[in-house]
Amino acid sequence: MTAKPKSWIGASVERLEDLPLVIGRGRFAGDVSFTHQLHMRMVRSPYAHGRLKTINATEARALPGVVAIWTAEDIADLSPIDFREGPNERLAPFRQPVLAAEYVRYVGEPVAAVFASDPYIAEDAAELVTIDVDELDAVIDASLPTSEFGAGLTTEPTICRQGYGDIVAAFKNATTIVELDLSVGRHSGVPLETRGAIGRYDAARDVLELHGAAKVPHKNRESLARMLGRSTAGVHIYEGHVGGGFGVRGEIYPEDILVLVAALRLGRPVKWLEDRREHMIAANHSRQQRHRIRAAVDTEGRLIGIDDSFFHDQGAYIRTHGTRVADTACGILPGPYRLPHFRVNGHFRLTNKTPAATYRAPGRYETNFVRERLMDAIALKLGISRVEVRRRNLISPDEMPYERPLVALGDEVVLDSGDYEGILNKALERFQWDKLESDIRKRRKAGEYVGLGLAMYVEKSGLGPTDGARINVHANGEVEVLTGGASVGQGFETVIAQVCAETLGTDYRRVRVVHGRTDRIEYGIGAHATRATVMTANATAVAAGKVRAKALDMAAQLLQADPSSLTIANGSVVRTDGAGASISLGDIAHHLRPVSPTRGDRDPGLSAEGWFTTAHMTYPYGVQVALVEIDPGTGAVHVEKMLIAFDVGRAINPALVRGQLVGGFAQGLGGALFEEFQFDERGQPMSVTFADYLIPTAHEMPKVDILITEDAPSTCNPLGIKGAGEGGVAAVGAVIASAVDDALGGKNLITQIPIKPQFVKAIIDGLKA
Amino acid sequence: MKPASFTYHSPTSVDEAVALLAELGPQEGRILAGGQSLVPTMAFRMALPSHLIDINGIAELAKLTANDGVITIGACVRHAAFESEALPGATGALLRKVVQNIAHYPIRTRGTFCGSVANADPASEWCCVMASLDGVVVLRSQRGTRRVPAAEFYQGVMATAREDDELVVAAELPMLTEDTRTGFVEFSRRKGDFAIAMALVTYRLVRGVIVEPRVAVGGAESHARRIVEAEDALSGQALDASIFATAAEAAAAAVEPMEDINNTAAYRRALVRTLTQRALEGAQ
Amino acid sequence: MIKRREITLTINGTDHTIAVEPRRTLVDVIRDDCGQTGTHIGCEHGVCGACTVLIDNEPVRACLMFAVQAEGRSIRTVEGLQQGEQLHPLQEAFMRHHALQCGFCTPGFLMLAVGVLEKRPNLNDEELVDILSSNLCRCTGYENIIKAVRAAAADMKARA
Repeated sequence: MTAKPKSWIGASVERLEDLPLVIGRGRFAGDVSFTHQLHMRMVRSPYAHGRLKTINATEARALPGVVAIWTAEDIADLSPIDFREGPNERLAPFRQPVLAAEYVRYVGEPVAAVFASDPYIAEDAAELVTIDVDELDAVIDASLPTSEFGAGLTTEPTICRQGYGDIVAAFKNATTIVELDLSVGRHSGVPLETRGAIGRYDAARDVLELHGAAKVPHKNRESLARMLGRSTAGVHIYEGHVGGGFGVRGEIYPEDILVLVAALRLGRPVKWLEDRREHMIAANHSRQQRHRIRAAVDTEGRLIGIDDSFFHDQGAYIRTHGTRVADTACGILPGPYRLPHFRVNGHFRLTNKTPAATYRAPGRYETNFVRERLMDAIALKLGISRVEVRRRNLISPDEMPYERPLVALGDEVVLDSGDYEGILNKALERFQWDKLESDIRKRRKAGEYVGLGLAMYVEKSGLGPTDGARINVHANGEVEVLTGGASVGQGFETVIAQVCAETLGTDYRRVRVVHGRTDRIEYGIGAHATRATVMTANATAVAAGKVRAKALDMAAQLLQADPSSLTIANGSVVRTDGAGASISLGDIAHHLRPVSPTRGDRDPGLSAEGWFTTAHMTYPYGVQVALVEIDPGTGAVHVEKMLIAFDVGRAINPALVRGQLVGGFAQGLGGALFEEFQFDERGQPMSVTFADYLIPTAHEMPKVDILITEDAPSTCNPLGIKGAGEGGVAAVGAVIASAVDDALGGKNLITQIPIKPQFVKAIIDGLKA
Repeated sequence: MKPASFTYHSPTSVDEAVALLAELGPQEGRILAGGQSLVPTMAFRMALPSHLIDINGIAELAKLTANDGVITIGACVRHAAFESEALPGATGALLRKVVQNIAHYPIRTRGTFCGSVANADPASEWCCVMASLDGVVVLRSQRGTRRVPAAEFYQGVMATAREDDELVVAAELPMLTEDTRTGFVEFSRRKGDFAIAMALVTYRLVRGVIVEPRVAVGGAESHARRIVEAEDALSGQALDASIFATAAEAAAAAVEPMEDINNTAAYRRALVRTLTQRALEGAQ
Repeated sequence: MIKRREITLTINGTDHTIAVEPRRTLVDVIRDDCGQTGTHIGCEHGVCGACTVLIDNEPVRACLMFAVQAEGRSIRTVEGLQQGEQLHPLQEAFMRHHALQCGFCTPGFLMLAVGVLEKRPNLNDEELVDILSSNLCRCTGYENIIKAVRAAAADMKARA
């Protein structure tokens, strides 16, 4: 792009991140190497459940090039992996040990670690390690009665309960009750880069380094330091390029700890790269829930109460997220609708499958599907249109801020701003819903199976409470912004640079954003829960505002002018009337250096720190609309037309927002039609390659129409931002299910995602018969 | 997912290759041609060959010729070769239709027709072509040359009549007459995935009546084959949409489909019906 | 332990003489022995296309070839696309059209597109989507990759 836009904020500028990536000079975990490094390869349990008896590594140890093989005994001093939010006594017994000791609980569980001079040899050695296990029955279905996890412990560590009002009375007095049994299949983020971690002990500085980390560098540093008994001053995290996060990367996994302990004990850097098969069985799974949900409604279809009981399939252990996903599902289920009475019981169940945690829009992809199927079912039962039933229940703008007596992500739910009916109308008009309804009637008469789907949803973003940024202007005018943020590929640097540049008055291309470096800044929130744009950008704006003020103050002295007659444009302080001399930010920085005679009593440096604190999360919201066609001969579903209308409060970079929504949609489509981690009855994972775990390709993607609105800026931050990171994926399961169901006659036959052609074909053949 | 160790051989002649195969075949020696099927299985360590005999350097195996009514496809002819407009006649047209369904472009630049034939995956499109056109597999060993018709060659899932010491040096397909109509349709979850089922049809019309019909189904059973019942339903019949439906029904009734975690026999049967009908309807 | 073979790989016109076991895949050797880490590993079983390079100007999955097979062939990787400081039209188009987010799949898509466009500069939209369906991307939803390749194709034709 050539011309400078009126404001950097709101401009779809090209990304700062792109150049090294398009020329192949990125630095992903696999690209990080140190001299004399060892390669780690995990030995993983081939059994889903059993008592671990012996591990025989004799032959493996004898292989030339193998330096060490560790089992649980060798790291007996390490605790199981803790919860990110802190200790939880009740859930502690269900944490995952770094290496299995007494039991193995899922296929893929780390049992031993091989350290060798070369990754090929490490794999050869791992193949030679034999494991003796007394097999136990594998629990595959989270909705069956619980069984024993260990002494005095069942496979239901807890029930996540939330609610308000009088649910019993609500149902007793209801004229109409609708009841559904709905399931979301197990699937997850599956980024294109598998996990990787490199541990290195720099003895010269007594610093233990972890390279390749992502998402929450500072939080992880804290946790790792605690687990290893080191001060946080002696542990540093280095995040380079990250090939997608989606929630699954960046949590502390056994391998992260092992490379650090091994680097210390073996005295050599230790590199671990996960392969694809491992990723499918060992990186966090997600989404699998089964909801038995009832709604009590009045004769107009208005919700009186919702009573939901669900089974959350957590897999074998409770990992760093604790019960967060299930808790969030509980708190966010009502979406954009008014709901006088509510009760939800989330049965948090352990099974012998890969442990689960967060995946983009966690708790929301699932509950949007569940809640929107419920709304469609209510419409069907009462003979009201699916659009009308939603309209009648939407919270209106003048009810905002709308407090729900619920908690999501540890935060009380307060819907800050939103015009739900407004965006519904915009979406329906843009999609030409009415015209399409009439088209569809004609097409159905001609024998086609076509349907329209609709889903409304509220997202969450801007999880606080606090973030900070430090800005320093260099002598050549380059502006360095130090953040505790993280990049998973979403364009974090560019967005922060845009906000900094606009606030300070320079070109965004002169701004260098640092992230993922615990050694450069002491605190940070990383990047998750769609918070980076909200929190870090606002903190950056605060810091930039202070730098701007300092620059103007110094410039006023140097230019002998009144500060109120000055402004900053294009990296220089100039007079607002355009006359007279100007002075560049770089020169001002030079005048502020410690030995500068002009500095006066000002603190050295054209720099400042800024903090931003928020009381609540902010709530972007949207509507998704789809038109699908089913091939009656095969049951295949084809999305003909798709619209995502999403309000982000304020878009810093609309092109990046669009990219997030379209990319999220692709993942959501995967969950709706293609992706599933399947297990056989013995707990053997069946979806371990890209040939059986099906990610949408360009061919499966429809053209997606995106409508970004800024009708309801956030009231929780000065920039008015609500993030878009999870807005694309969140309602796709819901909208596709709605459309396919409509195509099959709108009889509530779609109660499960992913929707497979075989299932659809059986319904069609049944309908024809 | 690194392969286990193997000794690598790169013969420059067919004689050299079969000599190596004679010695190493029984010692877990495998042929490396395109590698697009073999190497992934080695990466998963499901295949653990101690020897790999790379035949990509044998020039004579790269030949694709059409002579005397026969198309001869050498062992190293890549899938991509069949995208060419230069292939003659109705057979060429059929192969061009089929090849678009095989995996993706970068796989087709390396993978080979004969490699697919030898691998005998139930979902292999080329195996379906061989079965439907009664192709012949040419096998060479130190004991001589054997020519095995497709119907005898395919014995089950990944199981063929090839002996350990035999190299598939070529596959032969008849050149169909100019007036032969051909149709091919497959179904998979995503384009380029392994087919859950496929149907290949050919026929000629003589005075508006169907003659010499071939109906082959692949992907649904342990190996592709011609479905006689469907062919009988077409033979001598006037060209008519209802005849296609009858033949499709016959094909569906005749197959004994495989079951797997994702696809029931009933679903595959339904697909056979749909795809056979569509292949017939779309045959040109 | 199988003896290493000394081979010479010609990558982007530069010879690299190395000693490798036959089982070392081409992608591992390009990355670890020849130091060109722009080519990425996404699956090691030939489905995702992140490892796509050009062998004698044809797109090939480098995880499905052994390094010993690539001797004497011309190997082109993403590092060889630019001419000095001048970026390839595809690289420019990817940046202009926001066709990358995390960038991990990008080198594979670039090499796939270069290989195809050099041979078939007049791809229509359907053919383009068909080709681009060969590789997986998890971030972008493909929309901008398609736009970028289309734009670059036009650019490349104009410059030809």
